Amino acid sequence: MSDSPKPAGSGFGFETRAVHAGASPDPATGARTTPIYQTTAYVFDDADHAASLFNLQSYGYIYSRLTNPTVSVLEERVASLEGGRGATACASGHAAQMLAFFAFMEPGDEFVASRKLYGGSITQFGRSFKKFGWNVIFVDPDDPENFRTALTPKCKAIFVESLANPGGVVTDLEAIAKIAHAAGVPLIVDNTLASPYLCRPIEWGADIVIHSTTKFLSGHGNSMGGVVVDSGKFDWSQNDKFKSLSEPEPAYHGLKFHETFGDLAFTVAGHALGLRDLGAAMAPLNAFLTITGIETLALRMERHVRNAQTVAEFLAAHPAVSWVNYAGLAASPYHALAKKYLPKGAGSVFTFGVEGGYESGIKIVEHCELFSHLANLGDTRSLILHPASTTHRQLTEAQQIAAGAGPDVIRLSIGVESVADIIADLDQALAHAMKSGA
Amino acid sequence: MNHDNYTDQYLRSVLDKVRTIAMVGASPQWNRPSYFVMKYLQGKGFRIIPVNPRAAGQTILGEKVYADLKDIPEPIDMVDIFRNSEAAGPIADEAIALGAKAVWMQIGVRNDAAAARAEAAGLPVVMNRCPKIEYSRLHGELAWSGVNTGIISSKRQKRV
Repeated sequence: MSDSPKPAGSGFGFETRAVHAGASPDPATGARTTPIYQTTAYVFDDADHAASLFNLQSYGYIYSRLTNPTVSVLEERVASLEGGRGATACASGHAAQMLAFFAFMEPGDEFVASRKLYGGSITQFGRSFKKFGWNVIFVDPDDPENFRTALTPKCKAIFVESLANPGGVVTDLEAIAKIAHAAGVPLIVDNTLASPYLCRPIEWGADIVIHSTTKFLSGHGNSMGGVVVDSGKFDWSQNDKFKSLSEPEPAYHGLKFHETFGDLAFTVAGHALGLRDLGAAMAPLNAFLTITGIETLALRMERHVRNAQTVAEFLAAHPAVSWVNYAGLAASPYHALAKKYLPKGAGSVFTFGVEGGYESGIKIVEHCELFSHLANLGDTRSLILHPASTTHRQLTEAQQIAAGAGPDVIRLSIGVESVADIIADLDQALAHAMKSGA
Repeated sequence: MNHDNYTDQYLRSVLDKVRTIAMVGASPQWNRPSYFVMKYLQGKGFRIIPVNPRAAGQTILGEKVYADLKDIPEPIDMVDIFRNSEAAGPIADEAIALGAKAVWMQIGVRNDAAAARAEAAGLPVVMNRCPKIEYSRLHGELAWSGVNTGIISSKRQKRV
């Protein structure tokens, strides 16, 4: 299929779409804020209407495991902000990853992924996906050619994080997208840490974008969620790798998704096959909270990155800090990539190394008074974590180091509080670790 | 007309002025895309007349199938083409000859020379799009499936 139309709604500015996309007043009541449609199911007009809906011939709601009016607003909003054709929301970022691969992976299939990923993703891909017969090949993402070298005939996709968690690693999306397309496979990008305000991977050639909406999109640490955005640009019929989208689907009486739904195929399949059978639907209340959060995404991200830059500069000059891995610092090896892909700021999640290693790391997280010690990021609150003893503890030490989560590493997610208070809290915790250490 | 990017206003203007649509390449098989489109548009009040020489004389969704556009005994507002890009050329010419008000070519179907002839005859042309998708997008229904419709409005959407 050639000449894909421009992303719908691209005439409106980012901030306008963050407030409005997907959310016209409620057609039934005129309610201006999107209502929470707290219902499991929807009545059919008659038997023929029901049949049309089950056959995917008409649009409408059947059951909230598949679609829900509140969740649909969130889907359209994130699709709009990412410049995608459509989106499928689900229960968490991990569910989103499962859903994205489920659309086309078969037992025995492979994909190539960056080895610098969120530790939970390395575990999900490396261990749980194996139970489906899906094999991941991890490579160092710093040289895009590593992806080309690792591709096998069984590979169905390349997976990276735009801004990797936790290491402040920026990925060369444009180069890797070209490698994926030369091999006839899609590039899947987890854009959670950047958010579409800082980076829009589809503009650099990504075909599918994933988010844990739990993070910056919802933004307030109050609702779990994930979303898979499809660019609508990948041709699923260009080769015989994507049979579940290009060939007859037995569960829908031989319907071919790509032929029937064109550039909507991936999104329709995300609901009609993925959510139907994996079952990881998003709760309407979580969708409502996430929609509300996204309305202020631009405002929050501006403050997040400004605070993060200031804190990173403070830490880089601190005697108890051995290194800071923030791509916004000129000394970062990823600074040039950050300027290209993240011109508005290098995010607000980064790591630093503390003198004294594992023991000092634990002392710092325990002595923070403003930073919350917990396993999340992208909250209005500043958060601190010692990955080696928490999120990345299920990895071997070699895997931890490869993922940027070695024993001396501390991860910060800088919030939107007064930056002087954020710095003061880190300063006293560092002083405590230095005093009681050694 | 820029056939790479249609405005919503243009697509609305085409769909708003047609009621009777001849669907060339309509299939009697219920799981084919043309059947989906026909059934959906019928539900929105459009009259769809199927054209398919291999199914001529049969009935699809209550409508008699004709072998050729010329055989249809009543006026046609729009011709919707479910054939390949090459075949779309002579079909567009027949549409002009029959006095249709618009020509539509489905996703994957594009014939710029035929479009230029139709436009010269005063017929608006839409190519590489689906009227079901565009109608449902413009009326808010497509958003129910998580699709980015591009519609931003502070007005209550009319129920369709």
